Amino acid sequence: MRAPVSWIREYAELPPDLPTEELARKLTMLGLKLEALERPGDHIRGPLVVGRVLTVEAEPQKNGKTINWCTVDVGDANGTGDPQGVVCGAHNFAAGDLVVVVLPGGVLPGNFEISARQTYGHVSAGMICSSRELGIGDDHTGIIVLEPGAGEPGDDARPVLGLDEEVIEFEINPDRAYALSLRGVAREAAMGFGSAYADPCRRDVPAANADGYPVRVEDPAGCPVFVARTVTGLDPTAESPEWLRTRVRLAGMRPISLAVDVTNYVMLETGRPIHGYDGDRLQGTIVVRRATPGERLTTLDGADRELSTEDLVVCDDSGAIGLGGVMGGETTEMSAATTTVVIEAAHWDPVSMFRSGKRHRLTSEAGRRNERGVDPTICEVAADRVAELLTTYGGGTVSPGVTVVGTPPEPEPIPLPIGLSSQVAGLPIADEVVVANLRAIGAEVTGDADLAVTPPPWRPDLTDPYDLVEEVVRIVGYDQVPSVVPVPPVGRGLTRQQRLRRRIGRTLAGLGCVEVVSFPFVGDETFEALGLPDDDVIRHAVRLSNPLSSEKPLYATTLLPGVLDAAARNLGRGATGVALFETGTVAFPTDRGPAPVYGVEWRPSAAELEKLFDAIPAQPLFLAAVLAGERDPDGWWGEGRDADWSDALEIVRGLARELGVDVEIRQASRMPWHPSRCGQVWLGDVEIGHAGELHPRVCRTYGLPRGTAVLEIDLDALMARSPEIPPAPVVSHQPLAKEDVSLVVDDSVPASAVEAALRAGAGDLLESIRLFDVFTGPQVGEGKKSLAFALRFRAHDRTLTEAETAAARDAAVSSAARTLGARQR
Amino acid sequence: MSGPNSDYDPVEVTPLQAEQVAGVRDEALAAIAGARDLAALKQARLDHAGDRSPLALANREIGALPPQARKEAGQRVGQARAAVNHALAERTAVLEAEAEERLLVEESVDVTLPSGRRPRGARHPLTLMSEYIADLFVAMGWEVAEGPVLEAEWLNFDALNLGPDHPARTMQDTFWTEPADDHLVLRTHTSPVQARTMLERTPPIYVICPGRVFRTDPFDATHSPMFHQVEGLVVDEGITMAHLKGSLDHFAEQMFGEGITTRFRPSYFPFTEPSAEVDLVCFVCRGVAGVVEHCRTCKGEGWIEWGGCGVVNPRVLAACGIDSERYRGFAFGMGIDRSFMFRSGAEDLRALFEGDVRFASAFGTDW
Repeated sequence: MRAPVSWIREYAELPPDLPTEELARKLTMLGLKLEALERPGDHIRGPLVVGRVLTVEAEPQKNGKTINWCTVDVGDANGTGDPQGVVCGAHNFAAGDLVVVVLPGGVLPGNFEISARQTYGHVSAGMICSSRELGIGDDHTGIIVLEPGAGEPGDDARPVLGLDEEVIEFEINPDRAYALSLRGVAREAAMGFGSAYADPCRRDVPAANADGYPVRVEDPAGCPVFVARTVTGLDPTAESPEWLRTRVRLAGMRPISLAVDVTNYVMLETGRPIHGYDGDRLQGTIVVRRATPGERLTTLDGADRELSTEDLVVCDDSGAIGLGGVMGGETTEMSAATTTVVIEAAHWDPVSMFRSGKRHRLTSEAGRRNERGVDPTICEVAADRVAELLTTYGGGTVSPGVTVVGTPPEPEPIPLPIGLSSQVAGLPIADEVVVANLRAIGAEVTGDADLAVTPPPWRPDLTDPYDLVEEVVRIVGYDQVPSVVPVPPVGRGLTRQQRLRRRIGRTLAGLGCVEVVSFPFVGDETFEALGLPDDDVIRHAVRLSNPLSSEKPLYATTLLPGVLDAAARNLGRGATGVALFETGTVAFPTDRGPAPVYGVEWRPSAAELEKLFDAIPAQPLFLAAVLAGERDPDGWWGEGRDADWSDALEIVRGLARELGVDVEIRQASRMPWHPSRCGQVWLGDVEIGHAGELHPRVCRTYGLPRGTAVLEIDLDALMARSPEIPPAPVVSHQPLAKEDVSLVVDDSVPASAVEAALRAGAGDLLESIRLFDVFTGPQVGEGKKSLAFALRFRAHDRTLTEAETAAARDAAVSSAARTLGARQR
Repeated sequence: MSGPNSDYDPVEVTPLQAEQVAGVRDEALAAIAGARDLAALKQARLDHAGDRSPLALANREIGALPPQARKEAGQRVGQARAAVNHALAERTAVLEAEAEERLLVEESVDVTLPSGRRPRGARHPLTLMSEYIADLFVAMGWEVAEGPVLEAEWLNFDALNLGPDHPARTMQDTFWTEPADDHLVLRTHTSPVQARTMLERTPPIYVICPGRVFRTDPFDATHSPMFHQVEGLVVDEGITMAHLKGSLDHFAEQMFGEGITTRFRPSYFPFTEPSAEVDLVCFVCRGVAGVVEHCRTCKGEGWIEWGGCGVVNPRVLAACGIDSERYRGFAFGMGIDRSFMFRSGAEDLRALFEGDVRFASAFGTDW
């Protein structure tokens, strides 16, 4: 909402010397937030004066243009009183017109300095200005021609053009629709400074009679009040007066024609949207009803719309002529030939307005007000004001007929315990202040301890006691509310899950990985890039109906795309190696939807809540990581190395160890991993993810080096198995016995199986086992490999004898021999 | 030990004379003292304390002496040998220490050589900011509540007094899922966690909820379709706006430094009544006259918009089954991304979501 300060002051008798900054600050603290304070004349310096064109000589030029050599009376503004010679390229004026002239020395917006200069064979001493040159409009088709009497030659043109005006732009919240009018803004301003206020809607209007334009409202719930007035004999060439055009423009709307400008002006003034019909194009009785199935309407914006049976339409004998309260129709639109105007000022059901606007994706100044709620009692006033302005500036007469259909709804009184405001604010507020503040907003207040407060008709947002509390407290001033830190009962700190999540992040950072945050949006292209088969489960994702990008309409089922993109971005920016991780929730669709939408008067039952929570897709916390390029850099310490498949598994195991969880890795084959270098991560009998080398094809697609390591695991599953505090180990002080064994097995036998077999055979004396070498070659034979394990034995109660150690070792080896065909080298 | 000398020859006994023993001893001590390194000392040991050294030979002769002479000679030679051995030990220690000292000098390295065998990792600054905020409140006894990102429409809107025909629904451009009658959204704020918390717990409730939220905003320097909010909710007996103000003043000071307090401006949120927007004292100019006019951070206002807050609307309490006669609540919500940008001076929101390691690495693993 843009409010010219002079317009506010027209209704609010503010202190004359009140700085506009102070006014804006006060209104901000009352809830009308200052968005911008504009002084349109700020970018214009120097002499900008009213001039009267004395002579115009058209001079065709070689370049095909015709320029006008003009002399303009600028009074004494040029210091001589002689006519000023000015070259002008526009043609929309004649001798005798009043125009706006910037004289040499003046500066226009954009730091455009004006000086006398030689052009087209003349010395042009200044410039006749268009709206655009002054930064007050887009119109560049011609110069500004002021209405006769707008000023005298030599007068400062700023006040004439409203360039000395200040405009406060407010951000108006949806509950304060009344402030989408000067009436409302001025009321708040007057309240803020305790000034007198003149309500522009206080106006005597002629009583309703049977002679007005015939109107029938078939849906009084949708349109409780419909007022029609008629003006005839308008001069279709009449233009809006400069002051009105200026105000409309300063308020952010474009001046168009007298009839349109006047309806907009009255809407800005009162907050009540008005619609004007070309009376000569109306056919028969105006009817307000819901649209019929299949009914169509071409609205003022030229769009042909199929209407819904929920839309409120205004019709005449020809059919629909407007989408009630939202936008008029083309067939009855006022034009440059209109001499009869039927003025509609109607009150519409806000919910219906909101739905129609949303359904037809229509936002308009009228719709914005109607869907938030307008004072229903001012329809007659607004229509009368329009009729007055039209006839004042466009001639013609107001028809005596006054159509009023329906009566405005009466606001219900709201019970308010007088102390509630004080209790809610935590601030003592005297009873008199409560009552005074409620009256200041226009409410009727009765009662003592238990007040009955009837809100004013322009405040449909006030329905509950707490709404009134806000009004009372904001007028007292939110800055009066003291600052008291509440004391909660003893808290339990972070949950185990919350602590584990932090630990996971720190562990991964400790492993050299940098956390990234990506948008969780994917699409079929993402799945193609990952090389996923058509029937892959993670292609089954939650789909957004209004994605930002049509290529990524799905909510992520995997975090891999985000980390792969980020890795490629880092390498592209010159990184030699990169290790990234991301933790985040992914979503898997449920077939237990749709999610119910309950009422809000009371808490849903336990069964209803279960149904609700059940319908929400499962959203487990995942971890994805990628290691690409250099993992350990070359340096003075020796050679570095690039990341490979094993780094991914190293991270999985490192994380599991940190969380005290045993994971088992099994050889697997799954896209987007290298089919022979993919480890499946198991927790007991649950598979929680994969780690290994990224498929070379996927590396190419993402622009990542071959050998890039990736992993993705379900952290919720991992955390669920993490023991809170593990049992304390008994640390033996007995000496250690070491035995190394080398076992030859078939290539296909996994190292983990050999280790498990050794472990199983070694018995309780085994303290640790570690694979320290893998060897293949002619010595071990074709299709075989040699695995070297370091076994460490220790007893709790004694020094092991060589015989005991050897027996344990042999038992381990024979277990591996028996189950896996291992042969000791 | 050699046995008694059976070939006793009185001539051979002369070395056992006192002067001779002393002379041999002094010779040995001089050689030991003169040894300049461990190799020279080793030679001195061989010469003067070895099996064929004069004192060793002399010792061997003692047995050949007449019994009456043995005791004295034994004492004399024994003392001499002891003195030599002692000198040897001392000299060895000195020379070894010197040798080690030389070795340590030779082992000198350039400790200014760079480290960096394993580049360090980092956590994302938004993660750190969220934890930092959570910890501020946990320290006061609050708990951290959570909820899912894909949320039921009823929890994101209806339960928060944002009915289907509420104009404020269009204030938050929402991502909806398909089909529309699934009634699921990407939560537009962390406020559904308020509803969840009230449905799951009973008052007193003191929770903080950092989390991801989504709006259909295009991605630019100041907007993102995904961003982070922190929601606070308190429901208890006797709660007032003053408690809200106190909590936020404390929060602001902890986040932005002493003296950075808040200002409330009337505003509108369907789930709170009264509602307020929260401004911070500009942490750059602190609103100081003469400075504030030129402040780029607050654009001369002295205040910076931080978030929204208010008293929990009794309608929300009702929808969540909380007795609004007995309990009152307050709630607030702030942008974590925005708060982080204030704290760090980051100017472009996009840096938070493009995953450049140079950005996150600047913030380390914990604050």
